[in-house]
Amino acid sequence: MRFMAKHIAVIGDSESIKGFSAIGLDIFPCDDTEKAPQLFHHIAEGDNYAVIFITEEIYELVEKERRRYEERLTPAIIPIPGVKGNSGIGTKRLSSFVEQAVGSDIIFQ
Amino acid sequence: MAIMNVNPTRMQLSKLKKQLKTAVRGHKMLKDKRDELMRQFLDLVRENKELREKVEAQLKNCNDHFVNAGAVMSKQSLDASLMSPKQQVSIETSSANVMSVDIPVFSWDTRTSSDGDIFPYGYAFTSFELDDAVMSLNDLLPDMIKLAQLEKSCELMSAEIEKTRRRVNSLEHVMIPRYQETIKYISMKLEENDRSSRTRLMKVKDMLLDKAHNYSST
Repeated sequence: MRFMAKHIAVIGDSESIKGFSAIGLDIFPCDDTEKAPQLFHHIAEGDNYAVIFITEEIYELVEKERRRYEERLTPAIIPIPGVKGNSGIGTKRLSSFVEQAVGSDIIFQ
Repeated sequence: MAIMNVNPTRMQLSKLKKQLKTAVRGHKMLKDKRDELMRQFLDLVRENKELREKVEAQLKNCNDHFVNAGAVMSKQSLDASLMSPKQQVSIETSSANVMSVDIPVFSWDTRTSSDGDIFPYGYAFTSFELDDAVMSLNDLLPDMIKLAQLEKSCELMSAEIEKTRRRVNSLEHVMIPRYQETIKYISMKLEENDRSSRTRLMKVKDMLLDKAHNYSST
């Protein structure tokens, strides 16, 4: 059992995430999509954040960097819809878990 | 199924029998583990799905509030209002063990204890839309943290289930049949050796009797 006080990070375009700073999450605006992997790596590697919420557009850009954290307990990397609307990545991610575990998707179809 | 490349000896046979026993026991245990993991995983995923739908809908709602606020206020003053946050959320991570899978448990704490005390700006120059937006986002936070915990758990569990499933299948369809075939092969070979040595002995006995007494057993 480890207890450590960590924080929550939010990565995304500044329009989508600016509200989160008001409720006490650390925001990392990322409007330049080319810098996204670098920024993500920096945040995830710092081990300062237990949860990283990331808007769907950026989530897709950092696919390679995400892989390393899949088997670790933290950080939990969670896609959230931005202002541009929901592209269904979150649900797709869930259904991919079901597919991985069961062999076929029996919940979402 | 191919048999293993072993010498057909009694020692090998007893060794293989022991290994088969272990494999069968391991198979049974892994199968139980897989079934239990699967049951818990499916419960988690269903819960996760509901929560995600809820969070996504509310997040859209929050974004609408912010768009409204942006329409009433200028962008500069909106950004300035949100610039220096009062609130800080900290998370404590501990882990729970579900069928040998470590899943995270997040417990969280905020710097300001009262929900009404979160606004990082005075009310004089901001619109009430912004208050709504921040308030709705704040209400959403516990659900978002719960969602993060659930999704990470699902991610870790699905990987573990896949691993366990592969192990069960490899034991069931490869290892155990291979042991059985090999054991069968060795015992047949030993029996065959037994028979052949017995007939040889009988033959030798006949020949000796024939030589000594001119006597044939048949």
